[in-house]
Amino acid sequence: MNSLWSITLATLTKDIRLEWRSKDALNSMLFFSLLVVVIFSFSFDPLAEESRHIVGGLIWVAFLFAAVVALNQTWARELRNQVLDAYRVSPAPPNALFLAKALGNFIFVSVLEALMTPLFVVFYNLRVLGPSWQLLPIVILGTWALVVNGTFFAAMSLRTRSREIMLPLLLFPISIPAVLGMVSGTTAILTGETSARFWIVLLLTYDVVFTTACLALFGLVLHAE
Amino acid sequence: MKRAFPILAVLTAILLSYALYEALMVAPTERTMGDVQRIFYYHVPSAWTAFLLFFTNLVASVVYLIRRNPVADAVAVVTAEVGVVFCTVVLVTGPIWARPVWGIWWTWDVRLTSTLVLWLIYVSYLILRRFSDSAQTPVLAAALAVFGALDVPLVYFSIWFFRTQHPQPVIGGGGSIDPRMLRVLMINWLAFSCFAFLICWSRYRLERLRREVEEAQALESLLGSGDVSTKATVPPNRSRQ
Repeated sequence: MNSLWSITLATLTKDIRLEWRSKDALNSMLFFSLLVVVIFSFSFDPLAEESRHIVGGLIWVAFLFAAVVALNQTWARELRNQVLDAYRVSPAPPNALFLAKALGNFIFVSVLEALMTPLFVVFYNLRVLGPSWQLLPIVILGTWALVVNGTFFAAMSLRTRSREIMLPLLLFPISIPAVLGMVSGTTAILTGETSARFWIVLLLTYDVVFTTACLALFGLVLHAE
Repeated sequence: MKRAFPILAVLTAILLSYALYEALMVAPTERTMGDVQRIFYYHVPSAWTAFLLFFTNLVASVVYLIRRNPVADAVAVVTAEVGVVFCTVVLVTGPIWARPVWGIWWTWDVRLTSTLVLWLIYVSYLILRRFSDSAQTPVLAAALAVFGALDVPLVYFSIWFFRTQHPQPVIGGGGSIDPRMLRVLMINWLAFSCFAFLICWSRYRLERLRREVEEAQALESLLGSGDVSTKATVPPNRSRQ
């Protein structure tokens, strides 16, 4: 258990350091979601009242697409110089690698969300009518829901032709309940019409179920030869 | 085994035509919906068959993950493909019925949405199998099947809750069914299941043959690459032997 965490931490710090120096994933994600925000906001141009109903969907679609950009780069850098093969033959537990990658992606996507949310507020004149503290669990659980399966499916699509296209094709169908949870939960809080409690519980269930599944099956996928 | 195949094919053909006759001629006409209700005898058996096939796919995938048995993997491929076909029939016949009866083609109802998501998951399963042609494909596909199975209950509950908060355009479910209709439905289900089994069987034989050919080709190229120098001197008409 101890070695699992130390290896996770080592890989995570390595990834964060690499990202900090290159800023590849973060820059492309930021610019991508900025484009989505701009395109959405002049194609809809809603009133403040309407925007409360639609912005939950827009914001999560933007984050979902931007997350795919980061997720696609997760494993690509490990393919150069056969790092992944080296990892495969090393005695390090596969789940340490998976957790490090998933946590890394979680941090990158969270940074993106922290930077992009103010823009959404500005463009759509948002004012939250429901209990706004509930947005925090929705954001954390929703981001983890995207990232945990995304990291898993990115590892899976490494073995396929045209892997960049493969990832969304695998990830989006499985993510439908999570996306519905994030969008409906956010809309419920923004409009203040209904309670978001069910969606938080749903996202929590989704996270627990799929984190367990990913940890149980990642070794198989990594060693699938 | 090989002789049983044409016999089953003939039996299935007879059963399907009998089921068609029963559905179109014998079954009573529904009082409010009229003849359009008869699509029910294709829609519901297709749905049950599709769910049965997807369930078989899940079982075969889990067996493959545990035992690494190539037969289980072949069964998984076959049931996923045929299941997607039957599920497509469900998704096409549903709106054809819904338009005259409900007045709308589609609604985000629990069963409709869950079936659609199931279809999407299995289409992505087939795409994964298509795009990944290496030896690891079976493991990846089996893992995806497990993920899909975990996803379906979550989809069901989320849509169920989503819909209970919104006005429902559809008052469906419940009610009883005429025993004569039930009989026709069961005959049709039997016919459809036999039909699905028949296609799966033939597709399974094809899949086994394909793998045998692949193995033979791999072996041939392995043996052939060993003596490149002698191969070049052999005349082309004899090199095939």
